[in-house]
Formats: sequence, C-alpha cells, structure tokens
Amino acid sequence: MKNNNIILYAAILIFGVLAPFMLPAFKVQLSILCILIVLALTWNIQGGEMGYNSFGNILFYGLGMYICASVQVGMFFPLAEWTESGGEKTFIHSPTQFFQGMAFGLLAAAIIPTIVAGLIGYAILGLRGHYFAICTLGLGVAAGEISGGIEIIGAGQGFTTPPFPETGNLESRGQFFYFLSFLVLVLTFVAVKSVYSTRFKLVLNAIRDNEDKAEAMGIQTMKYKIIGWMISAFFCGLAGGIMGGLVGYIDSTDVAFDGREMGVFMVLMAILGGKGTLWGPVIGATLFHLFKEGFWTYFLGWQYVALGVLIVVIVIYFPEGLMGWLREKYPERFGEVVDEADRKAQVELK
Amino acid sequence: MDLLIFQVPILMVQASLDGILLGILFALIAYGMALQWGVMNIINIAQGDLVILGGYIAYFMYLSGIHPALGVIVAPVIMYFVGVGLYKLVINKVVDRDLFISILATFGISILFMQLMNFAFGADVVLANSEFGTTMLFNNSVTLPNSKLFSAIISIIFAIGLVIYMKKSKLGRAIRATAQNARAAKILGVDTEKVYAATFGINAALCGVAGALVAITFTIHPYMGLPYTIRSFMIVIIAGLGNLPGVAVSGMGLGVFEEFADYILGTEFRIGSVFLLLVLILVYRRFKLSRKREYLK
Amino acid sequence: MKLNKIILSFVSALAIILSSSVTSFAKVVGDKIVLGSAISLTGKYSSNGVHTQNGYNMAVDRINSMGGIKVGGKTYKFEIIYYDDESNPKRAAQLAERLIKQDGVEYMLGPYSSGLTKAIAPVTEKYGVPMVEANGASRSLFTKGYKYLFAVLAPANLYLDVAIDLAVEKNGGKPVSVAMAFEQDAFSQDVRLGVLEAIERTGSKKVIDDKLPKELNDMAATLAKVKAVKPDVLVVSGHTKGALTAVRQIAEMKVDVPMLAMTHCDAAKLSKQHGKNSQYALCASQWHKTLTYKDDFFKDGMTYDADFKKLFDYAPPYQAAESSAALLVFKDAFERANSFDKVKVRDALAATDMQTFYGNIKFAAGGQNVDKPMVLFQVMCDGDKCENKVVAPTKWASAELIHPIPSWSQR
Repeated sequence: MKNNNIILYAAILIFGVLAPFMLPAFKVQLSILCILIVLALTWNIQGGEMGYNSFGNILFYGLGMYICASVQVGMFFPLAEWTESGGEKTFIHSPTQFFQGMAFGLLAAAIIPTIVAGLIGYAILGLRGHYFAICTLGLGVAAGEISGGIEIIGAGQGFTTPPFPETGNLESRGQFFYFLSFLVLVLTFVAVKSVYSTRFKLVLNAIRDNEDKAEAMGIQTMKYKIIGWMISAFFCGLAGGIMGGLVGYIDSTDVAFDGREMGVFMVLMAILGGKGTLWGPVIGATLFHLFKEGFWTYFLGWQYVALGVLIVVIVIYFPEGLMGWLREKYPERFGEVVDEADRKAQVELK
Repeated sequence: MDLLIFQVPILMVQASLDGILLGILFALIAYGMALQWGVMNIINIAQGDLVILGGYIAYFMYLSGIHPALGVIVAPVIMYFVGVGLYKLVINKVVDRDLFISILATFGISILFMQLMNFAFGADVVLANSEFGTTMLFNNSVTLPNSKLFSAIISIIFAIGLVIYMKKSKLGRAIRATAQNARAAKILGVDTEKVYAATFGINAALCGVAGALVAITFTIHPYMGLPYTIRSFMIVIIAGLGNLPGVAVSGMGLGVFEEFADYILGTEFRIGSVFLLLVLILVYRRFKLSRKREYLK
Repeated sequence: MKLNKIILSFVSALAIILSSSVTSFAKVVGDKIVLGSAISLTGKYSSNGVHTQNGYNMAVDRINSMGGIKVGGKTYKFEIIYYDDESNPKRAAQLAERLIKQDGVEYMLGPYSSGLTKAIAPVTEKYGVPMVEANGASRSLFTKGYKYLFAVLAPANLYLDVAIDLAVEKNGGKPVSVAMAFEQDAFSQDVRLGVLEAIERTGSKKVIDDKLPKELNDMAATLAKVKAVKPDVLVVSGHTKGALTAVRQIAEMKVDVPMLAMTHCDAAKLSKQHGKNSQYALCASQWHKTLTYKDDFFKDGMTYDADFKKLFDYAPPYQAAESSAALLVFKDAFERANSFDKVKVRDALAATDMQTFYGNIKFAAGGQNVDKPMVLFQVMCDGDKCENKVVAPTKWASAELIHPIPSWSQR
C-alpha cells in the first residue's frame, strides 16, 4: 500500500511539473485549478472536518491579494501614486524588483491573514452553525465593500498589479505563475495531509460531531478552532496573492473578495468531491473546474443553467460528494470493514 | 466623515424616513425567509431572484398598459404557484436534510434563475412607473416619493395579513404546528408535504409582492437579486430565528442605519458598514451568551 | 489500494480530456478572419454587453455582405468567437488567455467597460495580439505604453468636463458649485476624474462627492444632500442603472438643479422608460445619429440608426455604434497591411486615419482616439414625445441648450 501511495504521488508530481510543457496552452487554466484546489482543501478544514461552514474564507483570499500586490509595489514605488487616478502613472519593475517584491509580497500575504484569523477567531468562532456561516458571509461582503472605498489600494478603479518583466519568452509568465501555484498547492496538500494524520484532525472531528461533549471532555476547542482557521488563512492568503498577480487587475468585489463566485465555489467544490476527506476537495475542484470550463465553451448562453442543474443534482443525490458516495458503495476500498449481518439487519427509518 | 447631516438637521428626518420605508420592504422579504427557515429549515438563496421575478411580472403588466401597482395582487398569485412548483420539483428533496444542503441547492437554483431571466426578459435594466407622485413634508424640505410610501403600506398590510392568516386559518395553524414539531404534527394528521409546499408558495408570493414594489420604486435586472437575498437573511439573523416582530424592527433599524451611514461615513461605505454592523451584533451576542456559558442557537 | 487507482485514473482522464479539447481555431481559417471577444453576456453589465455584441455582429454582417476584406488578392470574411466574461475582470483575463492560447486567436475585439478592458489589455499586449476596443474609456489604459491596444472611443475623462465648462459659460464665466454621484467602478470613477479636473480648471467648487456602491439601487440619500446644498450642476454616472435610478428619483424627490449631466442615457433608453421626467437631462455621448460623419458601409448616422432598429428592434445606443466602428477599423487595417502578420496589422492600425459613420478615427501613440470629440445631447420633449438633441459642441449642435432647467413646480 505504501508503495502504491508513493507511485501515485510521484506520478502526480511528475505530471504537475511537466504539465506546462505538455499542455502549454492551458497554463493559466491549470494555475487557476491549483488555486481552486487550495481553496477547497483549506475550506474543508473548517467545513468538512470541523463542521463549521465558513462563507468567509474569501476574506483571507482577498486580503492576501491586496497585501501581496501592495507590498510588491510599495517596496519600490509610492503606492498612493501607483493607484492614483486608476493607475495612470506607470512605473516599471525591473526583474529583480518584481521577483523580490513577489517573494516578500507572498510572505506578507500568507502571514498577515493568519494573524487576522488569530485575532478575530476568538470572537467569530464562538458562533455556531448558521450564525457562524452568516457572520463569515458578512465579513466577506463587508471586506469587499469597504476595500472598494479605500483610495490607496485603488478603490473603485481597481489596482493593476505589476506587469511581468520582459524576458523575451512569451511563455515565461504563464510558467512562472503555474509553478508558483503548483508549489503552493503541493505545500498546502502536504500541510493539510500531515495535519490530518495527527490528533488535531481527531479533535476537529470531535468538534464537528458534538462540540459540547468535546468541551466536556476537557478539549480546549477554541484553541483548535482558531489554529484550524489560521492554517486556512495562511494558504488562502497565498492563493489570493498569486491570483492577483495572475489576473493582473484587482477589483474589490469582483476579483479580491469575490464572495459571490470564489467564496461559494470553494464550498461547492469541497462538497462535490466529498467534504471530510483529504482527496475529496481535490477531486471536487478538478471536476468542478472541468465542468465549468466545458459548460462555458459548449453551453454559452446556458452555462449557468447547466451549472445550476449540476449543483442541484449533486447536492440532492450526492450530498456526501463523489468520495462520500464511493465510500458508501465500496466501504472495503476505504479500509472500512462492514459486517454483512449488520448491513442486512439495517432498517431504514422513513 | 461628513457632517452635513448635523448642519442641516432636517436631513435626519429624511434619512430616518427613507430608512424606515426601505427597511419595511426588506423586512417583508425577510419575513418570507424567516417563515421557510423556521418551518422547513431551509435558507433560500434564490429569494432575491424570486423578488426580481415578481418585479418582472409587474413590469410586464406595466408594458401592457395595466397599472403596475396592481402587480401587488397579480404577482403573489402567480409566484405562489411558482413557489409550489419549485417545491415539488426540487425543494422537497432538501427539506429534511442539513440546512447547509438547502443553501447549496438553492444557490444552484438561483444561478439557474438568473440566466433564465436574462434569456427570457433580456438584459436591460428596467422599471415600472407608478406615477404616484410625491409627498412633501416640513415645508418641502423632506420629500418622500409616494411609491415608497405605497411600498411600505402594502408591505405592512401583507405582513399583518399573514400574521392573522397564520393565527386564524386552518393552513396557518397547520404550518405553525409543523414548525413546532413536524413529527408530532404528522402523527396528528397534518399533511406535512402540503404544509411545506404551501409555506414555500407563501414565501414566493411574499417575494412576488416585494418584487412588484421594487419594480415600482427602484429598478430591476436579472442579476440584481443577490443583494435582496443577503439583506433578508441578515435581518433574520439579527432578529433571531423565530422572532417575527424582531424582523420588522431589525429591517427598519438596518434601513435607518444604512441611510445615516451614507450621510456620515460616505456613500461608498454604506453597504460595508451594514455588514460590519451584522458582524458586530453577532459577536456582541456571542460574548453576552458565553458569559452564561451558552451560545446562539 | 483501489482508491489510489481511482484517483490515478481521474488524473489521467483529466489530462486526456484537456489535451484533446484543444480547439483548432486559428487566425485565419479558410476564408474567415477569426476575431476573439470576451463580452458581458451575463452579470451586471449584460445590458451593455448585448449592445456591444449587437454592434459587432451588425458590422460583421455588413462588411461580409459588402465584399468582405481583401488581403493578398483574396477576399475574406470576418468571424467572431464570443465568450461570456460575466462582467467579471478575473474571468475576462482568463478568457483572453483562452482565446489567444487555446483558440489561437490573433486579433481581439474589446469587452464592455473599462474594468474588463484593464484586465484584458495586459494579456493581449503580452502576446502581441492587436486589440481594437470600443468600450473601455479609462485614461489609465492609454498611459501604459501599450502598443497593441487601440480604442475607437474618446477617453472617459472627456465625457462630462464639457458640461462643467458649459455651466460656467452660462454662469457668466463665474465658477459653479458641482455635486457628483459616481458608481464605484473603473469607468465611472474615470469620468469623475475628468469632472474634477474641469472643476479645478474653472476654479469651481465640489460640494458633494458620493461614490455609489455597485449594487446600490437607491440614491435618495445623495439626492437629499443635493436638495440641501443646492448646487449649480449635478453630475451622475453609474452605467444604465445609475441613469435610470437618478432620473426616477430626481423626479420623485423633486430635486431642482439648473443643470443635470449624466452618462448612459441612451443605453438606458431613458426617454422611453421615463418619458417627460427625463426632460432637460444633459447626456454625454460618444455618438449621435444626427452627426454628419459618413462611410461607405453604414452611410451615415441616420441610416445606421434605421438599419439597427430594423435588425434589433431598438434604437442603437452609442455603445453599439462604436462597436460597429471597431470592425471598420480592423477591415481598413487588414487591407492596408495586406497581411495577416500581427506586427504588420498592428502597425497598420497605428497609422489609421479614417472617417466612419461613428466619427473620425486616428490613434495617438498610447492607443486612444484623438480625432473624435464627445457630444452632449439634451433630452427635449414635445408633450409626451421626447427626443435627444445635440447641444454641444456648437459645431454639431442641432438645438440650443435649455438652461437653467425649470423647477419641478413649474413643469
């Protein structure tokens, strides 16, 4: 089994590294896919493992986006002038400046949202169930609206991120962002996987299954909730920072704090694949991205109808997602042992 | 910070009235949301789209020469059947599931609706003219469009009507019984399927009324539904589930807050501050309850 | 473990599907020149996205039916690949990449709105794909040194500054007080910049400066402030929704201002939706059917207006007209370049100097059209019938500006 795992991971890694060369036209699509998987994986920590359906992880994503771009610009040029008048003044980053700025920007994009999560976690994570969900939704929307009024980061006119330096090779920008997103994806996956193999995951599951009992047992649930959120914030911030550079233009409600799309999609992708599993969000995000792009090409004009129908069908007939459904059907393959007598004796309560 | 509203105090009256009238309309939509949440444990993300659909009904009446205000009678009737149809098609499969499932399922319905409306009604931003005129108060320094007054009055009528209906009629009592304890109601002979369908239909009807009012008072467009959805469950959450009078108060309170925020903090922060207020209220409640070692249910 | 095998097969399936779905569009297929365009078919800009698409399609049909494009001795026809950017900049950038990398498109038509154009421009610039855009007016697009971006429309800051100058002129040359309400998006905020510059230039005063959130449906607070402050000019720009909401609420709240200047009046079908209430509103426009520009394909503005109405059943707003003009520009460039090479086409575009029914087109180094001024028209009503009459610049005026607007009690 261990051998199979290593082969699988090696295969995916090799594919990931070679993808931009095998499928050069799809670099941006693949980069976006990596970012979507990161968002789904981190959402699963709250939604799947902990039972806290968060509609506000987009807060960290958007924060990361603005912070990365601001640091990247602010390190070398006056930020207020960069964004003034919708970005009329043009400053050009030298290649060193660009990459240095990106590095520090991403660092800040990861750390600052994590700190924010730590600070507000105590207040927000004290809410339960739908109150938590709506409160985080409110956070996301408030962030989008308020950032749209802040002049120094562009306000309504948006923030154009530094253009990728000229390298003479048309593919280098795509390759750079792809490898960056793939790297972050690998890091996220490794982090999440290792977290899941510790007691931490069991605590999260305990919180999900019955938080009061967990507390009664002496577990400091708040501590674990906050740490879980901080982990999500870290990687969501990174994802946001990368996306900002990839898209090239940050709009407060449409690109950064895009609750309407990204915010809901990260939930959908995790559910589609199966929340509460490690690979569920990965598969969910991949399938979702595939379907979405497929619908957008072949059902133009009807794409949202198709997507809406798909969502309704998935949610109603496969609420446990693909992985969950597979797990129900073939529990042995997931390492679960089912007693045949037990199964036959099950009576369904209608 | 803009101090205009303090320099011209009559603006405070204007802001308060605007906020209250606006809030009452939102409260109507929130009422429907609270109804289905309480009875069926469903959060309907497509609420705003139902509102817009109701708006289009009024708009088409207006186009064919009928006064759009009559939309507040026609729209709920049509929307009731839309609601029941939607229930029988999709919603009945998510009723006894996790609340969260309903959010996602209705999200799917919402994006579907938006594009269908875009396709059926075109992408223009439209409105219906009621020609109701204006009421001027305080020596013409406070102006209230009569369409807004009309909206508030109609919303109040429907809200009160619904409360009476729920108290007195057989269906209303069946709905309340099901909300209290679905299983017990079923055992006692209540057809819960019918109750659920009717509840969702009533919600859709309320949205229809609200939509007709929106078409008369503001503008409609296939993609303008989401803000109404979000605002309605904000109001429900702030009021607290099951607190129907609270819905009216929260709706009006938020409306007034938003107007004042526009004057004082600036129009660009008006919506953001409302959501920030939501977060702060919830956090405040959470801390208050945690002192009693409880949490919000 | 079986699970891993399942995962592995998914991943390989993904690879196969992705690689096999490389569509084989290219710049020229047979006798078709393929242009790519990401358009807002859904989302908050869908109303203008549709105007833009209709403009593009009408021009493609007209050019194709009138002899097409002659390059290298052969005749070609235009064809456009459309994708829906959902009024979202991230989507627009993604689709631009897709059009260029996956679909092999080598010439692009612009999206609707400055924000979306700002997202796409870096992509087309990077790949050296010439883009002729007709609906992105932000001045910041033209200061970046883009070589492959060409805009047929006048930049956003020129939309309403003329109105301020007019107001000052009517005020006997003395500065005026200006109240503004602009939507929080790239285009409207750029129009605001132009107005601010005009205010500074004329020594005028800004008394209200409200930025309307994108989903705001209600301007009552702003208008109440306007009533309290009594400015000489009220400027409103918020795409179609802003124009409709403003006119409605100004009428309902009986707001009296000597001059009301807006954008998107015709796209909002203001006179149709509000009738008499829209009277006296001053509107910035990139084009008007009474202007006497001509070309061989659409003849003149009146003919374009009539033909468009016949095809689409509504009067063309300027968004449609400028979109049609973009195709004329491309045709002219292809024929002058007499080649499909992107660099040659780009150079030909840069040297454009032509007249279209929409206006004169000549590009500055930054990509903006320097030869086509904005016009201001005023809605004038005779009983219940309302028409848009051009009032500025005087060269094109067909009517005299009515100023000040009579108060509501007198109407």
